[in-house]
Amino acid sequence: MAHFTKATSVKDWLNQRLAIEKVEKVMASEYWIPKNINFLWAMGMVLVITFALLVVSGIFLLMYYVPTVDEAFNSVNYTIMREVDFGWLWRHVHGVAASVVFLVIYIHMFTGIYYGSYKKGREMIWISGMLLFIAFSTEAFSGYMLPWGQMSYWAGMVITNLFSGGSLHADGLVEWIRGDYVPAQAFLGRFFMLHVLLVPLAIMGLIGLHFAALRIPHVNNQDGEEIDFDAESKKYLDGDKVGSKVMRFANDFMSKDMMVVGIFLIFFFYLTFYNYGFAMDPVNFDPADGLKTPAHIYPEWYFLWSYEILRPFNIDLGLALFGFAQVIFVFLPFLDRSPNSVPASRRGAFKYWFWGMLIVMIVLTAMGKLPPEGIYSTIGLYAAIIFIAMWVALPIITSLEKKL
Amino acid sequence: MKSNSRRGFMGKAFGAVAAVGAVGSLVAMKKSWDPLPSVKAAGFTTLDMSIYEEGLMVTEKWRGKPIFVLKKSAAVMEKEKGNAAAEARNIKIGNDNFMVAIGLCTHLGCIPAFREAEGDFLCACHGGQFDASGLVTKVPPPRGFDIPPFKIEGNTLVLGEVGPEWQTMKDNGVTL
Repeated sequence: MAHFTKATSVKDWLNQRLAIEKVEKVMASEYWIPKNINFLWAMGMVLVITFALLVVSGIFLLMYYVPTVDEAFNSVNYTIMREVDFGWLWRHVHGVAASVVFLVIYIHMFTGIYYGSYKKGREMIWISGMLLFIAFSTEAFSGYMLPWGQMSYWAGMVITNLFSGGSLHADGLVEWIRGDYVPAQAFLGRFFMLHVLLVPLAIMGLIGLHFAALRIPHVNNQDGEEIDFDAESKKYLDGDKVGSKVMRFANDFMSKDMMVVGIFLIFFFYLTFYNYGFAMDPVNFDPADGLKTPAHIYPEWYFLWSYEILRPFNIDLGLALFGFAQVIFVFLPFLDRSPNSVPASRRGAFKYWFWGMLIVMIVLTAMGKLPPEGIYSTIGLYAAIIFIAMWVALPIITSLEKKL
Repeated sequence: MKSNSRRGFMGKAFGAVAAVGAVGSLVAMKKSWDPLPSVKAAGFTTLDMSIYEEGLMVTEKWRGKPIFVLKKSAAVMEKEKGNAAAEARNIKIGNDNFMVAIGLCTHLGCIPAFREAEGDFLCACHGGQFDASGLVTKVPPPRGFDIPPFKIEGNTLVLGEVGPEWQTMKDNGVTL
């Protein structure tokens, strides 16, 4: 057994038992961050804070929400919105955060793509991040079922039907997922469980993995420079704080991080208080009705780009391409054949690929929102083809890239 | 060495016990997600076919799904003449001709709307179109409306029960 002495303070008492000073060093004050970064490096912390907002608001919603097909709609739209004091606040925070979290995830993703932060030992950061994207998508979808409005029901119908695999006609699988021929009580019950327990657990585990994946390769920097973290941190600890290329995670980097979080939160609560409507589809204020499809079924904005890839093709091809779009980002570190891990602006053809991909995804998102008719169908079709073609071209253009 | 092989054996023995347990619990988990017996036993729907009017689409309900019932007019029947695919889907009860089908788009399960002026169906989700006999006229739907199992009993149609007419359709690949 370890040797314990009489504690001289509460801190010392804890230190002997939990090594809190050591933990603090490993996790914060001697966790080294490059100095050469910008505000885009704060998106990780913004996501942590947004996730915390989702958890806290979710806890309060959970106390009044009733997961039955008869009462779900009223428990949200009457009990929580009208009876519970500040119930509206939790609901609007939850709804707005669910939407905004995807905006920040996309910024975080495209920052990583632009600066090449998925290369040279950072592959697991990227892969765990994309697994988080999938987990957040599942969380968003399962949560969208819970108010049991028209959009909940029909989104549930359409998305579960994807699992029939087109011509495979795996209707048994679809019925198994739903626990019924159509979305009903069994469906609502299991998606409630997924939303409040299983998927959040997975998300928390993946966040742990995502952070752990950062420890060894460390955070990337604006120039993709390979920093000797041991040497630079020694320089810092020896007193040459100005000459060192790194700084402490806390409080050096955190102070700037939280500054960005502060600005984000002002924007976030502006949306929550004054402009929450974008996160609340009016169609979902009609209770679920299995005999009436809404005129236009579209997902929330953050799923539109992949939905649009499904739409213009026949079902089998559409499903195949949809599946391709869902998983292809995971493989980015292996499809990018270039040895350079520098910002896209210095990488020749990849620069155009990056901006092209961003534009194509915005076009797909816009077309996904519009009704599938006439010119919109055509633009959507071409954008979907360009999206696929760009991914096929990626290994070719990056292997042609000159080594810097 | 002796103790190593003993540990090796114990490890394998635990692995075997755990594997049996894992398979067993996966079976239980899978079965717990199956539709409940009460859901599966969801009854049969009997439709009185004499009440429908020509050209007026009526939506009935069977196992939670919408069922389209459309009594076809002489003009529609004239148009269908010679179209084997459409004729194979026709349900004749007495002297009347019907289209009876599950009213879910075969693409992803939205309910297409009936356009009375055009006499066809348009799915709002992804723009699929179906004609009055339930055949696809515009993709993405991969096939015409599915036809629920039915049995003709005089003037009524029992949904959920397999009659000879439906069996023929299924055998000929007219419906799934």
